[in-house]
Amino acid sequence: MSVLLIAEVLEGQLNKDSTAKALTAAVQLGDVDVLCASSGCGDAASELAALQGVAKVLCANDASYEYAIAEPMAALIVSLADKYEHIVFPATTSGKNIAPRVAALLDVMVISEVMEIKGADEFVRPIYAGNAIQTVTTADAKKVMTIRTASFDNAADGGSAAIEEIAAVACDTPVAWVSNEVQKSDRPELTSSSVIVSGGRGVGSEEDFKLIEALADKLGAAVGASRAAVDAGFAPNDQQVGQTGKIVAPQLYIAVGISGAIQHLAGMKDSKVIVAINKDEDAPIFQVADYGLVADLFDAVPEMTAALE
Amino acid sequence: MKILVPVKRVIDYSVKARVKSDQSGVELNNVKMSINPFDEIAVEEAIRMKEAGTASEIVVVSIGVEKSQETLRTALAMGADRAILIKAADTVDTDIEPLAVAKLLAKVTEEEAPGMVILGKQAIDNDMNATGQMLSALLGWSQVTYASKITVDGDTLNVTREVDAGLQNITAKLPAVITADLRLNEPRYVKLPNIMKAKKKPMDIKTPEDYGVDVSPRLTITSVVEPPARAAGIKVESVTELMDKLKNEAGVLS
Ligand SMILES: Cc1cc2nc3c(=O)[nH]c(=O)nc-3n(C[C@H](O)[C@H](O)[C@H](O)COP(=O)(O)OP(=O)(O)OC[C@H]3O[C@@H](n4cnc5c(N)ncnc54)[C@H](O)[C@@H]3O)c2cc1C
Ligand SMILES: Nc1ncnc2c1ncn2[C@@H]1O[C@H](COP(=O)(O)O)[C@@H](O)[C@H]1O
Repeated sequence: MSVLLIAEVLEGQLNKDSTAKALTAAVQLGDVDVLCASSGCGDAASELAALQGVAKVLCANDASYEYAIAEPMAALIVSLADKYEHIVFPATTSGKNIAPRVAALLDVMVISEVMEIKGADEFVRPIYAGNAIQTVTTADAKKVMTIRTASFDNAADGGSAAIEEIAAVACDTPVAWVSNEVQKSDRPELTSSSVIVSGGRGVGSEEDFKLIEALADKLGAAVGASRAAVDAGFAPNDQQVGQTGKIVAPQLYIAVGISGAIQHLAGMKDSKVIVAINKDEDAPIFQVADYGLVADLFDAVPEMTAALE
Repeated sequence: MKILVPVKRVIDYSVKARVKSDQSGVELNNVKMSINPFDEIAVEEAIRMKEAGTASEIVVVSIGVEKSQETLRTALAMGADRAILIKAADTVDTDIEPLAVAKLLAKVTEEEAPGMVILGKQAIDNDMNATGQMLSALLGWSQVTYASKITVDGDTLNVTREVDAGLQNITAKLPAVITADLRLNEPRYVKLPNIMKAKKKPMDIKTPEDYGVDVSPRLTITSVVEPPARAAGIKVESVTELMDKLKNEAGVLS
């Protein structure tokens, strides 16, 4: 039996990074067919066909899939489920929205945020904000799971899978998309960037958050934030790193004015090198930092930015 | 309209979970337990809808050990009207899986006939982020996850959702299953007189058998271990030293 990987395609655009990381996990389970469902998703299907490890791309090109609304997406996936033992999603907000729905329709449990695959029915996942790591086996005939993308590398290009057009499945959904509120930025994507500069409540204001952005721009880095910084309106919600925000594991993570609450650490403690800048020498963030600098961020951050000129 | 709010008793968010030495799970005895923070947000939202005249009654339900009554009392003290405890576990170490919880909630929903169910987006113990989506699937009701703003307009909800790219606005027909995200609201503090009043509010005690639901787990936990510890780091004295270390020691800056 083979694996069905649900590619993340929103408004016709492939989220290649998270899909390619989930693919790396999926190929450990068997031959992988990839579902590419969206509207105007021909280019996305071609991109997927070019990933190494893809056996076949199933392309469902229909307006009802454009925004990945859970109801029609789940109806389509369930209609394909017969042929697959594993149904795999990247653990993005979209994947996490759809996967449990598919699982419930198939009367199986969902296995969330898989960080390691030990076998066809044995998986490793974090619990308690990553303070414990659980290994589970499942007796369910079908395994529906989301993959923690930060735990897997990107699958490489170089494949040449066939693309098969498939029909949409009729679904009368009570939910309708209205609009997106997305702040466009030229900075790298948070979950795929190799360097991240994150600001916390210590930054103090939306205005001063520009200090974080200026340093990030000098480093070619993505900008992250703690929940407190997002709640206070210093940064948009999509920059929140943590247990209930984004999970990141860059080469370099610089935490500025962040205390290091359990929930924040949950999202970044697998980073290769962690730097913390905080004026409180007892801040818990220093316990995970490779390099800690006890300093006022309003001195240290501009100095770092200047040093990179 | 009646609103149903499922609330879970979990380890308090400020407590760092400790793994048991026999690798069977996390130590939950003699640990501070509280209402799951997202469920507190869900209760708050329901209360605001009642205060705004959209909702008429708020029923809270918890599935777990006897002591989950405390969690229900917290929700009642916040302003919920009535509680249902489904006693499904004898020890705190037994966690009922989202699929079983969703099946029980589907039965409660059939019985109570609310216009919406508001859950938390995620229980901070198992970190599953699944129950609301599963309940929506079982009921065939609108699925509305990660809500950060909800307005009710007749039989339609206007909802802002927190998604990876930012925010997404959708409409959803009632009845609906909603899961609450962090920025939906800021829960109120419970006042002492309300804690006293909550003690008199009705609480039904049920079992999974009453609903004919099998709660046996689908997943078997074979081990629970601590995450690998990070090697101890160092403190640097200056930005210059920091930059030097990042370039020449860690090799992450060119
Ligand atoms: C259910 C739930 C989910 C959560 N999910 C997340 C999540 O996903 N991500 C997340 O981040 N949090 C999350 N939290 C919140 C978390 O518990 C903390 O409240 C939050 O991370 C604190 O953010 P902070 O470190 O920016 O703020 P604080 O804890 O207030 O820390 C600010 C820090 O800035 C330092 N500082 C102040 N001024 C300066 C200065 N001039 N120079 C240098 N340093 C300075 C202070 O010393 C302090 O250490 C969650 C909480 C709950 C209950
Ligand atoms: N045992 C339970 N009792 C009541 N509500 C629950 C229970 N488990 C989960 N929930 C609800 O489902 C939400 C999501 O939980 P989970 O899917 O386990 O992450 C929680 O925030 C609660 O609202």
